[in-house]
Amino acid sequence: MIWDWQYAWEVFPDIVVDGLRITLLATVLGSALAYALGLLLTLLRRSPIRLVSSTAWAFIELVRSTPLLVQIFFFFFVLPDFGVRFDPLTTGVIALGVHYATYCAEVYRAGIEAVPVGQWEAAVALNLPRLRTWTAVILPQAVPRVLPALGNYTISMLKETPLLLMIGVLDIVGVANQLGSRAFRYVEPITIAGVLFLVLSYSASLLVRGMERRVRYSH
Amino acid sequence: MSDTATDMIRFEHVVKRFGDNVVLDGLDFAVQPGEFVTLIGPSGSGKTTILRLLMTLEQVSEGRIYVGGDCLSHMTRRGREVPADEKYQRRIRKRIGMVFQQFNLFPNMRVRQNITEGPIHSLGLPRAEAEERADKLLDMVGIADKADAHPAQLSGGQQQRVAIARALAMQPDVLLLDEVTSALDPELVTGVLALLKDIATTTEITFLCVTHEMNFARDVSDRVMMFDGGRVLEDAAPEKLFSDPDHERTREFLRAVLERG
Repeated sequence: MIWDWQYAWEVFPDIVVDGLRITLLATVLGSALAYALGLLLTLLRRSPIRLVSSTAWAFIELVRSTPLLVQIFFFFFVLPDFGVRFDPLTTGVIALGVHYATYCAEVYRAGIEAVPVGQWEAAVALNLPRLRTWTAVILPQAVPRVLPALGNYTISMLKETPLLLMIGVLDIVGVANQLGSRAFRYVEPITIAGVLFLVLSYSASLLVRGMERRVRYSH
Repeated sequence: MSDTATDMIRFEHVVKRFGDNVVLDGLDFAVQPGEFVTLIGPSGSGKTTILRLLMTLEQVSEGRIYVGGDCLSHMTRRGREVPADEKYQRRIRKRIGMVFQQFNLFPNMRVRQNITEGPIHSLGLPRAEAEERADKLLDMVGIADKADAHPAQLSGGQQQRVAIARALAMQPDVLLLDEVTSALDPELVTGVLALLKDIATTTEITFLCVTHEMNFARDVSDRVMMFDGGRVLEDAAPEKLFSDPDHERTREFLRAVLERG
């Protein structure tokens, strides 16, 4: 028999409890970091101080032009040489967050540029402080319309969390792989891992599509 | 020329270029406190640019602009003249308000917050006081019942009334009106113009107004300036300028505008 239901039933709880937990944790924390750092990068990119804006630009280009796996290894193996040491999961979250932050930065940029110039001018005419202009006028208009795009990057990130296996973080795939090697039987755990990813990313993409519809109606 | 100390607005040899295009070509004029001055002229004659320079949305290429005696682009530091910094400009800008053709209300805020935003965050008014001021102004512009609406739920005329209330809430010395009825449906224009006339006659605010509504201009203006090619072609009381202009170009322009509308 190719598919052993009893074995599948045995490994399922382990994959969900140990693996799914880590996958979700890495994705949620990684996304939170990517959203926040991405916004910061966009704002730095717009700085009137040339050194600041070009440093942000260079950082974005550098990260976007190198593979995520290289960055994961860099954070895990190279940074400790400079005295910066984190546990594997934290390292993974940082690597995912930094990598996707550079994509989120582009998304925010587009959102900010889509805010009509008249909104900036009205803020000047009302003599609003710069910080208030950002927090009360520009970002509340720019961010909602880019939420679907940010959501899509979270889905991409979800599907890249298995890379963290390379630094010993056991996500859904990591746990499935471990169970498979223990029993010399991979079909069930790896299939379960695949199905879990399918369910997660498909339901997430339905969520994003719903958001897209809402954003379209409100503009 | 008038006494510089009492001028509310003064342009000195103002040149504004966009690339090779000279929009304002050595412009000189002054506006006295409380005056209502209307700028007319063909499109591209630089009228709107004058308002945008005053609001610091554009910077002069050459020359100086003074508001209430203070230069917009330069300040004095340790006895020397240096380019104005943000803090200085924000202080001067408090005195100037602007109403835009496209209203430019903040769509993410309700009507009342649109109006309280400036008083709270620029003037430092307590929220309660700012809200009281907003409600009074909404009553004055005739849409007291819309305080909790979002801008998108209002008609163009109502949105422009909110924008006028929002500018007045800053209690500016100078109010700039940039073609404020051009984006409105024809049946809503009269009401907004009547409101503006009412405000102009009951306040001390100095108005600088760009409009194509010649009847309105004739009705409320103390002075009308006809622009052409980045210069003031004619500067006269409305009775004179509309009935017996000195320049053939003014006559042509008025004829064209009246025929059209």
